[in-house]
Amino acid sequence: MNDSDEEWDEGTPERLYVITGGRVDSSDRAGLDLVTLIVARQDPQVGMQPELASILRVCRSPLSVAEISAYLVLPPSLISVLLTDLLADGRVEARTPDPSLPDIALIEAVIHGLQKL
Amino acid sequence: MDCKSSETVVGPRSEDRLPASAAAAVKIVIVGGFGVGKTTLVRSVSEIRPLTTEETMTQASAGVDDTAGVERKTATTVAMDFGRISLSDELVLYLFGTPGQQRFWFLWNGLFDGALGAVVLVDTRRLEVSFDVIGRLEEAGVPFVVAVNTFPDATSYPTEELRAALDLPEKVPIVECDARLRESSRDVLISLMRYLRSHALAPEPM
Repeated sequence: MNDSDEEWDEGTPERLYVITGGRVDSSDRAGLDLVTLIVARQDPQVGMQPELASILRVCRSPLSVAEISAYLVLPPSLISVLLTDLLADGRVEARTPDPSLPDIALIEAVIHGLQKL
Repeated sequence: MDCKSSETVVGPRSEDRLPASAAAAVKIVIVGGFGVGKTTLVRSVSEIRPLTTEETMTQASAGVDDTAGVERKTATTVAMDFGRISLSDELVLYLFGTPGQQRFWFLWNGLFDGALGAVVLVDTRRLEVSFDVIGRLEEAGVPFVVAVNTFPDATSYPTEELRAALDLPEKVPIVECDARLRESSRDVLISLMRYLRSHALAPEPM
């Protein structure tokens, strides 16, 4: 994984616990998927928790939960917890995939897009 | 005025940013045994350099290394490589694949939820590694196609022989590809989408 910092490894449960204040993944409640697109509605504020500020910064243009996870080097489950807070405060907007099963229009749109590659 | 530590986070390069009009994203999961070329396929069609996300999973460990009979929890980190294709100004496709340990994918909460479908990438020299993943997809009700990654030194088999060896129903498409090539990888994705379209037009259990 990360060989940069033995003392405070990015992935240690202790660090993740501190970042979320001990809360567990609430992505189900917030309806967040790995490919939910997140867009910041405001700039980071002074004194904001660093991870929240980072999310607002990288989401100036739409970015999926998976990409946020990759850029912040934090698990998607943890990013989802942080996003739940930001969503509740209206600081980010979530663009969720249509929850219904893929309909024919969506399938056609994907085929059309792939054919243009 | 920003926090110092948050400044160190490097976001997407300007050329990797999605347009503000991006309104919805869908995903396809690329599955298959170790070393079969999943990440290669993702890389060859992705518009961004593939990124990696890691999830830590805990599960109760089996009794094997557990002499006292006390249930212990083991944590496993599973890495997932993914790429992205902008299909239009509004619609984005993400492709997820992982370098190995496929038995853990099904523990990854939400990986398959809402996925359009899956591509099972197989290497004919090691067909047996695909059995488990195909069985799990069938159990989970995830529609999939099988793509045979044509390695130069691998023997080519007739499709029907592969179908029999993998115990695949007639309706599941089997296609050949070269995961290193963009067009070939793209065609695999189109095969999956056409399969989904035929199913959407004439619904029956997949």
